[in-house]
Amino acid sequence: MMASSYNAKEEDGHITVSGPGTLKSKKPDNTAFKQQRLPAWQPILTAGTVLPAFFVIGLLFIPIGIGLYVTSNNIKEFEIDYTGTEPSSPCYNCSVNFSWNSSRPCSCSLPFTLEQPFESNVFVYYGLSNFYQNHRRYVKSRDDSQLNGNVDSLKSPSKECEPYAHSDDKPIAPCGAIANSMFNDTLELFFMDPNGTRIQIPLTKRGIAWWTDKHVKFRNPGGDNPNLTSVFQGTSKPVNWHRPVSELDSDPENNGFVNEDFIVWMRTAALPTFRKLYRIVQKKSHLVPTLPSGNYTLEVVYNYPVRSFDGRKRMILSTISWMGGKNPFLGLAYITVGAVCFLLGVVLLVIHHKYGSRNNSADIPN
Amino acid sequence: MERLHWLGQRCQQMVDQGGARGWYSAPDGPLGAGGCPATCRLSGKRRTVIARRGPYQAEYRAISREYQGNAIRTTKYSLLTFIPINLFQQFRRVANLYFLFLVLLNWVPAVEAFQKEITMVPLLVVLIAIAFKDALEDYRRYLFDKTVNHSLVRVYCSKQKAYIDQHWQDVRVGDFIRLSCNEIIPADVLLLYSSDPRGICYIETANLDGETNLKQRRVVSDLPLQGSELTPESFYCRIECENPNNDLGRFRGYMEHSSKVRVGLHNDNLLLRSCTVRNTQTVVGLVVYAGHETKAMKNNSGPRYKQSRLEKRLNRDVLWCVILLFSMCLTAAIGHGLWLQRWTDPIYSIAEQVSPTLAGFYVFWTMIIVLQVLIPISLYVSIEIVKLGQIYFIQNDLALYSEQLDSGIQCRALNITEDLGQIQYLFSDKTGTLTENKMVFQCCTIHGVQYPHTQNARRLALYEEDVAGVPGRSLTLRSGCSVRSLSCRSMSCGHSSTSLHSLTREEEEEEEEPQGGAPCSRMAKEVIPDPELLKKMSCLQATSLCGAEACCLQATSLCGAEASCLQATSLCGAEASCVQATSLCGAEASCVQATSLCGAEASCLQATSLCGAEASLELNSIVDFFLALAVCNSVVVSSSGRACHTHADLPHNLTSRLLAQGEAGPRGVSGALGAAGVQGEVGSSTTATPSQAGASRESTQLGPGTDLVRSNVALENPRDPTAVVLTDMGNREEGVGAVGAPNVGTEPLRVSSLEDPAFCHSGPTAANEQLIYEAESPDELALVHAARAYNCTLRGRSGDELAVELPGAAGRLHVRLLHVLPFDCTRRRMSVVVRHPLTGRLVLYTKGADSVIMELSEHPDVPAGEGYVKIREQTQNHLDVYARDGLRTLCIAQRVLEEDDYRAWQKGQLLAETSIENREELLLESAQRLETNLTLLGATGIVDRLQEEVPETIEALQRAGIKVWVLTGDKQETAVNIACACKLLGPDDQILNANCGSKDACDALLQDLLSEVRGTGEGPGRPTLGEDKALPAAAVGGFVLVIDGRTLEWALQDELKGGFLELSRQCKAVLCCRSTPLQKSQVVQLVRSQLSVMTLAIGDGANDVSMIQVADVGIGISGQEGMQAVMSSDFAISRFKHLRKLLLVHGHWCYSRLANMILYFFYKNVMYVNLLFWYQFISGFSGSVMTNSWILILFNLLFTSVPPLVYGVLDRHTPADTLMERPELYSSRPSSKVK
Repeated sequence: MMASSYNAKEEDGHITVSGPGTLKSKKPDNTAFKQQRLPAWQPILTAGTVLPAFFVIGLLFIPIGIGLYVTSNNIKEFEIDYTGTEPSSPCYNCSVNFSWNSSRPCSCSLPFTLEQPFESNVFVYYGLSNFYQNHRRYVKSRDDSQLNGNVDSLKSPSKECEPYAHSDDKPIAPCGAIANSMFNDTLELFFMDPNGTRIQIPLTKRGIAWWTDKHVKFRNPGGDNPNLTSVFQGTSKPVNWHRPVSELDSDPENNGFVNEDFIVWMRTAALPTFRKLYRIVQKKSHLVPTLPSGNYTLEVVYNYPVRSFDGRKRMILSTISWMGGKNPFLGLAYITVGAVCFLLGVVLLVIHHKYGSRNNSADIPN
Repeated sequence: MERLHWLGQRCQQMVDQGGARGWYSAPDGPLGAGGCPATCRLSGKRRTVIARRGPYQAEYRAISREYQGNAIRTTKYSLLTFIPINLFQQFRRVANLYFLFLVLLNWVPAVEAFQKEITMVPLLVVLIAIAFKDALEDYRRYLFDKTVNHSLVRVYCSKQKAYIDQHWQDVRVGDFIRLSCNEIIPADVLLLYSSDPRGICYIETANLDGETNLKQRRVVSDLPLQGSELTPESFYCRIECENPNNDLGRFRGYMEHSSKVRVGLHNDNLLLRSCTVRNTQTVVGLVVYAGHETKAMKNNSGPRYKQSRLEKRLNRDVLWCVILLFSMCLTAAIGHGLWLQRWTDPIYSIAEQVSPTLAGFYVFWTMIIVLQVLIPISLYVSIEIVKLGQIYFIQNDLALYSEQLDSGIQCRALNITEDLGQIQYLFSDKTGTLTENKMVFQCCTIHGVQYPHTQNARRLALYEEDVAGVPGRSLTLRSGCSVRSLSCRSMSCGHSSTSLHSLTREEEEEEEEPQGGAPCSRMAKEVIPDPELLKKMSCLQATSLCGAEACCLQATSLCGAEASCLQATSLCGAEASCVQATSLCGAEASCVQATSLCGAEASCLQATSLCGAEASLELNSIVDFFLALAVCNSVVVSSSGRACHTHADLPHNLTSRLLAQGEAGPRGVSGALGAAGVQGEVGSSTTATPSQAGASRESTQLGPGTDLVRSNVALENPRDPTAVVLTDMGNREEGVGAVGAPNVGTEPLRVSSLEDPAFCHSGPTAANEQLIYEAESPDELALVHAARAYNCTLRGRSGDELAVELPGAAGRLHVRLLHVLPFDCTRRRMSVVVRHPLTGRLVLYTKGADSVIMELSEHPDVPAGEGYVKIREQTQNHLDVYARDGLRTLCIAQRVLEEDDYRAWQKGQLLAETSIENREELLLESAQRLETNLTLLGATGIVDRLQEEVPETIEALQRAGIKVWVLTGDKQETAVNIACACKLLGPDDQILNANCGSKDACDALLQDLLSEVRGTGEGPGRPTLGEDKALPAAAVGGFVLVIDGRTLEWALQDELKGGFLELSRQCKAVLCCRSTPLQKSQVVQLVRSQLSVMTLAIGDGANDVSMIQVADVGIGISGQEGMQAVMSSDFAISRFKHLRKLLLVHGHWCYSRLANMILYFFYKNVMYVNLLFWYQFISGFSGSVMTNSWILILFNLLFTSVPPLVYGVLDRHTPADTLMERPELYSSRPSSKVK
């Protein structure tokens, strides 16, 4: 028994390195990976590569920038501030006398003129300035499950909504600071026909919210029950609201939590100056511009106070293009980068031409 | 009583030591109380071990309660404790604590930045991942422990009165265990019995320190039970030894026999756990330390942790990040306060009655949570991963793999890869690092006469050329049937084929082969003797032969009948034996002389005249010299197999002839001597005086004549057939002529019988038996081989005895080693005390560094007068010549001891050996007492070839802006020579020698040299090497400072080190010769701390360990001199040339990769945090985040972790071949700057 174990051990202990490959050796494998020979590309920057690169960038970027800039410039946009901070403003009275509790709505009308006709669909936005919708506490102050139609959350809103979760011992629906501070001005547009008639421009209130928001994130509690009043029975309206959530709109498809104005508002803006889509003026036909040039009147039901935080309120009319709304920045950026590259290319070319041949020998051969 | 006596002795000893550090602070336990050992057993510093199955059962139980069993548990956790302990371990890292703090912070409602749970995710992920890894590792350890604990070992069982198999874990202190060959030792075992008749056991410590050479362990000396296998029941001894410690090289204690006799225990007696028993059939031992108390387990420490400079820098950068974070948060807090003050009650604000100040305070903490990304928590983890990747690639590099040694690079420190890319100073050992450390004996000087060994030198030169000519090295791995000595003696005589460190062994194998036409392909162990010396040696043989002849003659004539006739016959007999020798040689030329010497009276006369008074002294010296070479070493001899193959037809060239002569010569002599001895014995009944007279008259060599001859016969192996024959002859008192005749007859018989395998066991008769020498230092190996070339063959070693063959003496002499004073770095010499086999006197042979020996041999014991002084001078001259040729020099000296002196010294030595505390100092002192008044015998020159590609590597490193210093213990001339050879010293370089004897002189010298350097240099700080890199290095001569150890000692002192540093900075290279290990580390320390540069130390031996440990990066060369350097190093390479790629390519890459990766990491974090921070300005400093909080939390962990990792592991800053071709790129890196 001993002898056999001997032999086994003997053979184990004796590692012969006689021939390569016959027995285990510590020699590392000769593979591209282990020997760090994997193909690699390493650009060596020389005049021969850098100069063309600059010129190519310049020649490529400047046309793109011009194209973008022109597109952006073709977009028509009109903006009117109706905050009413100046005494001369028609809305001055409304803004000064504002109080949340006033039962009588204050209205004001602002005339304005469109120099150019607006073709295609015209989007009506309201814009707020200095409104910190991105404030950390503000952003969090909502209950998504309540907005998604969860009955339990309806009855007992999440803590995030505090202090806008309960009023009079009743849960607030929709709870939270965002909902509570919902924009509630009513804007109406009238075209002042040269012949003196005032034509109200039809504003579509459907299709302004994201499809996913409308159909996925926001849902009324109680399923398809059309009687929202009963659904929201036992809840309280947000403090600043004039009407309960079940009376936001007459259309049952656009009422309650799925009211599109509400949904738009609930999607908080990232910057303190922002605009939100309010209505759409649908294009009527190819022949007539949607909004012909001329005089218009903006009728505002002034409900929303902004003076306390130096805010501004605006109404914006805009058309869009394939690249979205009006944004000259992108085009300008392209043009600037392209121009700088081109200029650098020229400068370097001159330098290279003048001084480049001085010590060719020291150049790294390329 | 005994105990008291012993204590008294101890006290005496303590007084001798000045009372310092006595082992016993006070007598432990009530001494008079019946001497119960149990009461004294735990004095805190020692342990008592008695046999578990032995007679003192009850006492054993009392004692062993505190001793650990042999079961080991290396796991850190158990199932229950895993979660708490692991969590505790993890939270000891500051990063994790910080993370935890953030998580908790997020639970404070006023501060809360995200949903509470989200912040926990990264922490949880990290914790769980690490916990999982730990658990897996621990489980693996558990499995390993289990297999180890359940290995079987035979333990003595008192019930069955036999050794039965038991698990390792059941072994207890005090158990007797029996181990067989190739078994692994389960615990620290005191060796009590070995099947080896000499009580020796060989172990291989590869598991412990990686050394594969065999180490001897011996049975506790004076063990009365030795000889028969001991019976544990009757083991009445009690062992006292020190408490478990981690010093592998030290074991002290004593064993007390039942007769109260104490025997000192040494490291030699201890078999360490996890070593392997080799070459010994059975050993029995007593377990003294078990389980975790064994030295192996105590030495089990994990990989080294060194903090790299980059990491230190990184810590500072992280601190900056923290400061940045705080300032950002403060800005936000203040901003929020101001912002809140501006408006009274905005519609979007949440109505809370919080003052702006308090709100700002809350925002501060919120921001800390929000901006947590800035503190790169995952950076440390990422760096670790990157370094692992880098090490993976370094270890897999083919260019760092040595085919010959089958070893690549070992990265022992895992976290300083990037330091390799910033080295500014390189400190290198010479021997074994720059050179091969394959020592080859080249020449020697004996008794003031130089023997240049020209043929030998030519052979070496040829060999070197061959190596240079064939870069691939034709002598790489041969299909390995090289003989390995690991094979057990009990095995059959077949060659066990193996080669671990194959080269050395192959040399030895080749050595036995006929030396064909190409000596260059021979590895260098074989020495061609110098003809001059050989002549003298053969003269010696002849002389002794003549002496013996004369003895024989005398004896025979005394015996009576037909005296004159007999005389003639006896002469014939002697002649015949010589003829026989000649016939065996198969050639004439070299033996003619011997033959003629042996042949007739005339030739005998000639020999006598040759060996006149003066010459005899010289011959004595020669014999002593070679005896010293053969004896004064720690070489382990193992004859491979039974040497079954002899060369039937011996080749007709010089070497084989010499070999044959070596074989035949002693044989013939022994025959004659044997006859003489026997007849002398017979004749002694009448009178011994004439024979003695004759001997002393004619044989100057043999000294006290017949006495000795008789002892020789007695010593001679009785199995030797020739001797037996001769004895028979002598007893029958037949004609002496007949003595010769059968002798002639036996020789061919013997040769033929050797070819018969059955005869193999008849004893080691063949001179060309394969001897395998294994030594700890290659110098010793070279010397033993050299001695062997002159027929002073070390045949075997068994404990206290050495078997040596000497020319001019009968066959195998057994030399009793009375004492060995082993080599150490302080003494720089080794000594043995032996009883001279020929003269029978006590002789101390010392071998050591020339400076030491020259000093000690200034006033020899023997008043040799002017002749000696002259010899010393000549030897010194020769030494200088050797050193100039770049040879390593060793001096051999002897001292003939008077019996009384020796006995006196022995007493002191014994005291020193048995002392447990202060033993080292006492031993040193004792050794120094003995090693005085030496008589110089001669010196040897050993050549040590440069490793391949060393000059290229050094040149490349210098071009890379690395200053190369060589620190060596060698002589100045040797060092300079080697420096020239490896291009450290160019032809145009100016050497600045710094040798001086005093501090003031040193100061002045340094100033002088400094001004000289400054004067000739083109300006201050000229040789910054980076500047003149465009020029070839040789075109500009630099300065090279050569400083010796003594001067270095002055220069390293506080007042002078400034000047020394200044000077050395101006120099291209610095050579420190004759430096001690301590000085080496001091130099490294000085340069490292004063110049605050990155240093690298490379070395291969134990003397480099301190230097390696001090340097920023320590590199060990796994070479010939054991593994100490490797064990203490950060990286271990096998050849010096590997340093080039390691530094220039891998160092460069690792550094740039890591530096860029860290920058990348900071960049991405700072970018992201800036985004978050600037957003606060438009969100009212409210701490809101414009991205989803998941993105923020997982930013580092998931979304951006892979690119830096890939970059850090794989990026190739510059192609490898470019870096190799242009070493200057190395220095172009900004020195240790990350940002």
